[in-house]
Amino acid sequence: MTFLDYAPAPESTSILRLRDDYGLFIGGEWVAGGGESFASVSPATERPIATFAAADEGDVDAAVGAARTAFERVWGPMSGRDRGKYLFRIARILAERARELAVAESLDNGKPIKETRDADVPLVAQWFFHCAGWADKLDWVGLGASPQPHGVAAQIIPWNFPLLMLSWKVAPALAAGNTVVLKPAETTPLTAMLFADICEQAGLPAGVVNLITGAGETGAALVRHPDVDKVAFTGSTAVGREIAKALAGTEKKLTLELGGKGANIVFDDAPLDQAIEGIVNGIFFNQGQVCCAGSRLLVQENIHDAVMDRLKERMATLRLGDPLDKNTDVGAINSTAQLERITKLVETGIAEGGEAWSAPCELPREGYWFAPTVVTGVEASSTIAREEIFGPVLSVLTFRTPDEAIAKANNTPYGLSAGIWSDKGSRVLAVADKLRAGVVWTNTFNKFDPASPFGGYKESGYGREGGRQGMQAYLKAGK
Amino acid sequence: MTTPSQALAPAERAVQLLGGDLSEVALRQHLEGLPTVDAVGLEARAASFGTRSIKTTSKAAALDLIIRMIDLTTLQGADTRGKVRSLVAKALVPDASDPATPRPAAVCVYGDMVGNAVEALGSAWSAGKDDGINVAAVATAFPAGRASLQVKLQDTRDAVAAGADEIDMVIDRGAFLEGNYGKVFDEIVQTKDACRRDDGTYAHLKVILETGELVTYDNVRRASWLSILAGGDFIKTSTGKVQPAATLPVTLLMLQVVRDWERLTGERIGVKPAGGISTSKDAIKYLVTVAETCGEAWLDPHLFRFGASSLLNDVLLQRQKLTTGRYSGPDYVTID
Repeated sequence: MTFLDYAPAPESTSILRLRDDYGLFIGGEWVAGGGESFASVSPATERPIATFAAADEGDVDAAVGAARTAFERVWGPMSGRDRGKYLFRIARILAERARELAVAESLDNGKPIKETRDADVPLVAQWFFHCAGWADKLDWVGLGASPQPHGVAAQIIPWNFPLLMLSWKVAPALAAGNTVVLKPAETTPLTAMLFADICEQAGLPAGVVNLITGAGETGAALVRHPDVDKVAFTGSTAVGREIAKALAGTEKKLTLELGGKGANIVFDDAPLDQAIEGIVNGIFFNQGQVCCAGSRLLVQENIHDAVMDRLKERMATLRLGDPLDKNTDVGAINSTAQLERITKLVETGIAEGGEAWSAPCELPREGYWFAPTVVTGVEASSTIAREEIFGPVLSVLTFRTPDEAIAKANNTPYGLSAGIWSDKGSRVLAVADKLRAGVVWTNTFNKFDPASPFGGYKESGYGREGGRQGMQAYLKAGK
Repeated sequence: MTTPSQALAPAERAVQLLGGDLSEVALRQHLEGLPTVDAVGLEARAASFGTRSIKTTSKAAALDLIIRMIDLTTLQGADTRGKVRSLVAKALVPDASDPATPRPAAVCVYGDMVGNAVEALGSAWSAGKDDGINVAAVATAFPAGRASLQVKLQDTRDAVAAGADEIDMVIDRGAFLEGNYGKVFDEIVQTKDACRRDDGTYAHLKVILETGELVTYDNVRRASWLSILAGGDFIKTSTGKVQPAATLPVTLLMLQVVRDWERLTGERIGVKPAGGISTSKDAIKYLVTVAETCGEAWLDPHLFRFGASSLLNDVLLQRQKLTTGRYSGPDYVTID
């Protein structure tokens, strides 16, 4: 054994008190679902974690009804100051139960405990703390005096950051005075169920938060329900488009946070060692299953070879394996369906002339795994330079001048994120100004803050989450 | 523990890399053309190494390695022959309760104490061989380095003549901050020359940058590169007399420089953080940083050292805990 074969350092799952079966959390009660229940498996082992109820149309109706009642009788009339107290209480409980939540998230999603412990769960608590502070200050969100909540918010979240996306949805909605019905993704429902427990622990009035599980049909029934006032969705562009169609012509408000194909632009005067870290973080954080991932590396041609050498050397040090081991850098792919998609897209990339290189790491026999991969020789016309892969695969393109970098970065139907690496402040500002992306990071990547609005241009969606703009999405101007 | 110095004759590295016309301008252009450092990113990367979890067998191996990498140090105006004897005794038998405890790489003293250290080490002194404990001496008007070049060189020669296997020199930070890279370069070259023994071998040269006075990471990268070009065998963070002394980000940056130097030339340069590393937990973070930045080849006392005085006792306590399963306490390691 050499030093770098670090001895196993697994985080214990003994902190979890999971049930075998989870029902639907509606009106403060756990109820059975009308649909056929399903299991969620751990992507790292393929072993089932628990069984979850599937909500049918009747359950959706009950959940929306419970949310409506709570909105009209309790949460809507409540003062902002009192709503804030509940949210602060939830935020504190989230922070207190951080380790348990981190373990549950890693188990259910497959992402490394290092990330759930140091990124996901701390951000979840921060989001609630931030929004709790807004609850009694809504006059300052920019909609004039006494802005009003929409009413019942239907929220559908993805599997890549299950609890974090829940917090991005639930915290601002509740702070603004809405009640919610939220559906987590069918492959990652676990932490939402633990959140139901936290709502109970915080004494949140029944019906303010309703959590229903199920697959696509459940989500479709939820957004179509006539008594829903506001829909918020994070997920694929294809589903987002369906939702937009379904809501066209209704009074419902809609925000969408969809796919991306973020450009990470490295200029030849970049702080090179840090840029390498930023590239790695940009595409291998959460196995690249990040809508704002820096999945297209645009590197200035004169430093392409140097960057590739260093990047590969760095990728070779990534530790792939048990998500619960504290030293794991790269965990499991969330589902077999996602793994197939990634595999197929990389094959297409190679068929179209790309040259793939994967980090030399041993993949466990069980579970869903994909080694960190970089594909060079990718052209702007290549499939893997256009389509979102949503996996640990970096497509590398080159550019010669800042103008070319901007043109290539913007040449995508998406517009969620971008990164710029350069030591020259004036260039950074000039380039950032011309990038058509909702978030532009400079000399860093994948940094999130509840005070900073996040959202996309073009097919990456509309509306913002976080900050003042994020609060506006859950409010309308007062009369 | 001394490896025959791989270094070429003084200044030869610079001549090979920059060409025969080794002017101040050429040196400046080279150093100022190095990639810049983003402080936030560097510090974040260093912090990420701190979250590695090194347990059980890995921890046991790490603790022994740390001991083997220590330059056990006393650098006080109040140092006496008795104090140096006591330090050497500790190096010879770090933990009387466990004879299997490895010994540190070197004892590090002021130049006038070299003779005493050599005498106290007796047969355990390496005397230039690869086996035994080295004697390292701080030289060149340590720690400020504010003396004439003649004085600095004589300081070095005296220590080498008294038996020093390793010389820890300080660079002229004033000259560096004035932009007078040539002067800094020249002093290192000449000190390297002063490390030459009568038989043509060289005492190992560690070049102390005093990063706490250089302040910016860009300066640290340039000074590291400059020291290597001028013939240093090791680059060392600090004297221990200035705060901040060694930090993990600074050490990471210096490791990146030696990794880049190896990439460019195939030659391996050592790194020594010194000052302020007093716990096993911190020292293990450094080992992780070394291994994940430069590779396991650098987990070797020839290429990585800790300049420390109190670190050894904390490592011994942790080592006893791993062996016996219980914590003892400061009364169960010796104060030297």
